[in-house]
Amino acid sequence: MQKRFITIWFRYLKTDWHCRRQPELAGTPFILASPHHGRIVITSANANAQTQGIDIGMALADARAILPTLQVKDDKPELAPKLLKGIAEWCIRFTPSVSIDMPDSLVLDITGCTHLWGSEKQYLAAIYKRLNYFGYHVKAAIADTIGTSWAIAHFGSDKMIIESDHQTPALFPLPPAALRLEAATVERLEKLGLRRIGAFINMPKTALRRRFGTDLLQRLDQALGKEEEFVQSLQTIEDYHERLPCLEPIVTAKGIEIALQRLLEELCNRLKCEAKGLRFASFKGYRMDGKIERIEIGTNRPSNNTIHLFKLFEIKIDSIEPAPGIELFTLEASKVEDVIPTQEKLWDDAAGLDDIGLSELLDRIGGKIGANQIHRYVPDEHYWPERSFKPATSINEKTAIQWKVNKPRPLQLLATPVVIEVTAPIPDYPPMLFRYRGKIHKILKADGPERIEQEWWLQEGKHRDYYSVEDEQGNRYWLFRSGHYDADKTYQWFLHGFFA
Amino acid sequence: MADLAMTGTKSEIITRLKKEILHLNGFKKALNNVNNVGLPVPVKNAFPEGQFPLGAIHEFLIEGLEEAAATAGFVAGILASLMRNSGATIWISTCRNIFPPALSSFGILPERIIFIDLKKEKEILWAIEEGLKCNAVAAVVGELHELSFTASRRLQLAVEQSRVTGFILRRIKGNINTTACVSRWKITSSPSVLEDEMPGVGFPRWNVELLKVRNGKPGKWELEFANGRFRNIPKIAAIIHQPAKKTG
Repeated sequence: MQKRFITIWFRYLKTDWHCRRQPELAGTPFILASPHHGRIVITSANANAQTQGIDIGMALADARAILPTLQVKDDKPELAPKLLKGIAEWCIRFTPSVSIDMPDSLVLDITGCTHLWGSEKQYLAAIYKRLNYFGYHVKAAIADTIGTSWAIAHFGSDKMIIESDHQTPALFPLPPAALRLEAATVERLEKLGLRRIGAFINMPKTALRRRFGTDLLQRLDQALGKEEEFVQSLQTIEDYHERLPCLEPIVTAKGIEIALQRLLEELCNRLKCEAKGLRFASFKGYRMDGKIERIEIGTNRPSNNTIHLFKLFEIKIDSIEPAPGIELFTLEASKVEDVIPTQEKLWDDAAGLDDIGLSELLDRIGGKIGANQIHRYVPDEHYWPERSFKPATSINEKTAIQWKVNKPRPLQLLATPVVIEVTAPIPDYPPMLFRYRGKIHKILKADGPERIEQEWWLQEGKHRDYYSVEDEQGNRYWLFRSGHYDADKTYQWFLHGFFA
Repeated sequence: MADLAMTGTKSEIITRLKKEILHLNGFKKALNNVNNVGLPVPVKNAFPEGQFPLGAIHEFLIEGLEEAAATAGFVAGILASLMRNSGATIWISTCRNIFPPALSSFGILPERIIFIDLKKEKEILWAIEEGLKCNAVAAVVGELHELSFTASRRLQLAVEQSRVTGFILRRIKGNINTTACVSRWKITSSPSVLEDEMPGVGFPRWNVELLKVRNGKPGKWELEFANGRFRNIPKIAAIIHQPAKKTG
C-alpha cells in the first residue's frame, strides 16, 4: 500500500497558545522574547506582529522602536515540546502513528486512515477545522513522503494535497529550504543562484554530492520517495490493541461499559485464538476537549476471560470523567503471555493456588485496594526470625526450600520487639518473672536458650538468646536477651512473640 | 411433605423434620463426607448431627495479644485439615502479627495462605465477602473489631452459596452484639503439661469455650494440639448446663 503522510505546521504555535489563554492578545501585535547573548531577542511573533515588520531574531529594542504598542511575554523553552506532545496525543484520533518534528510540526502516518473521513480532502478539512477551533493557525499538506509533505506544508501555497507519485512537479517551484537542509547548504545554493528546487533537481548526483555533500542528496531522495524515511512514533502501537470510535460522544457510564464490553470481546477473541492471555491492559477514552481518560488493570495470571476482565475494569469505571463526551475508546494489552492450559480435574475440589477462581478473586481485590496489599510468603534461608521468610514474587512461585519446623516459633510475632523488665538468674537460666505492660508475669515453665546470631554481612548488632516461657495463666511468650551479660549492663530483655 | 409425614414412626418423622429444619437453617451436609476438622468427639457432639459446620461463619472473641495467639493456633489447627487437599486460605486483617513460618508447625503450608492487609474495616468486610463468595478458597479468616448483625448476615448468605468456611476473629471488649454467625468461641491459653513432669513448655493447650452454637449445645473443653491433631483433656472437661441459645 502506498504510504501517505501529512505534515501539520503550527506557524504561530507558542503565540497561538498564549492567545488561547488570553483572548485579548489575539488582535494585537504580540511577541515572545528571551535573553540571548546579552540581548533580548524575539523568539516568536504572532501574525499581526509579523505583518507590521516584526521578525523572529530581531532585538526587542528594535521591535519596540518600530511598534511601541508591542505586547511582550517571556518565552519558556520547554513550552513548545510540551504543547506539541499534547497536540500529538490528541491527534491520535486521526491516526495511530503520530510523531513530533521539532520545533513546530507534527508528522502523521495516515496510510489507510483517510477513507474513514470520506476522502483526503475531507480528512484535511477536518484537521484544519478542529485545530482552528482550538485557535491554532496551521498549514498542513498530504503527500507520499514525509519530505514532500513537510515542504508543501511549510512552503506550498495553493495545492496542499499531492497525489501519489507527483512529488517532483510539486517540489519544482519551492525554495531549497523546503528540503529541510542545514542553513549553510541553503546559503551555498542561494549563492549559486539555485533558488528553486527545480533548478537543481535534475543535476547529476555526483556534481551535487561534490559541492553540497550527501545530506542534500539524502533529503532529495527522501522527498521523492527513493529512500524510505522512518519516524519515531509518539506512542508505540501495541500488538494487542483495539479501537472503537463513536459516532456520538459518550457521556454515560452505561455507554462506557458497552464500549468496554465490545472492545474486550474483540481482544479476548483474538487472544483465545492465539492461546494467549493478558497480564496488563489499559482502557483509554479520548475526550472531545483533548484530554485522555485512562484506567488500567493487572492480573495475577494471563487471562482472556471477558467476564473476569470486565469485572476488573468495572470497579474503576467510576473514575472516568467523560465531561463533554468521549469520542474514541481504545483498549490495549501491553503485557501478553501464553495461557498455561489447565488440566481437567476429576473431582470438583479447590485446586489451591493454581485455581483460576482464586487468581481472579485476587485480581478483583487487588484492583480495588491495590495489589501491594496482598502478600504470600515463602521461606528464606535466614535464621534471624524477621528474615526467615520473604514475600513471594508471583502466585505460582514455588518454595525453593522447606519451612523449618524443628525450633519452636511463636504464632504471633511483634513487628518490633518490646522492651520488658526481667528478673533472671545469671548466667543462662531462663527468667523467673517479667513485667510487660505493667503486669507481672511469673514464669513457671521455660525452654531455652536458643541463640540466634546476627547475620553480620547484613546487619551489625548483638546476638539474641531466645527463651520460650509460660506464665501462671498458661500464656506462652517468646522472650530474648539481646547481648551478653556484662558489668555495664548493656544487655536488654525483649518480648518478641506469643505462642499459641 | 405430606407423604413424608405418612411414613415411619413418630420419632422417625421428628428426626427427619429436624434434619430438614437444619437444612433450611443453612446447615448443609458436606458433599463428600470429609467433614472432619480433627476436633475430638466431645467437641463435635456440641454441633448439630455431630458435624463441625462447614460453609458457615464462626466467630471468635479475642481480648489481648495472648488470646489472639491462642485463637490463631486453634483456628490454624482447623485450617490444617480444611487445607489438606491443596486448598488455599485468605487471611484478611488490619493489624497482622501472624508469623508465617510458625504456621507450618500446625500442619499448614504457609505459602498457601494469602495475606491481605487493609486499613479500613469497611474494606475488610468487602474483601471477606468477596473471598467467601469464591469457592476456589478453602477458608477465609478475617480479623475485625466490629461486626454488625447486617454485615454478618451478608457473610452468611455468601457462604451458603459457595460452601466456604469463614472464621471471624474479633478483637472486642465489653458488650457483644448478636450476629448471624453459626457459632461463637472464646479460646484462652491453658498451662501446658509435659509427660512425667519433665521441665519445659509442652504442646499448646487451650480452654475452648463454645459460647453459642446454632441448634447445638454450647460447652467448654480443654484441648491440646499435639502431632498435628486435637486431643481432648478429659479431667477438667465439663459441659455447661444451660439451654441452647439462638445466635441468629
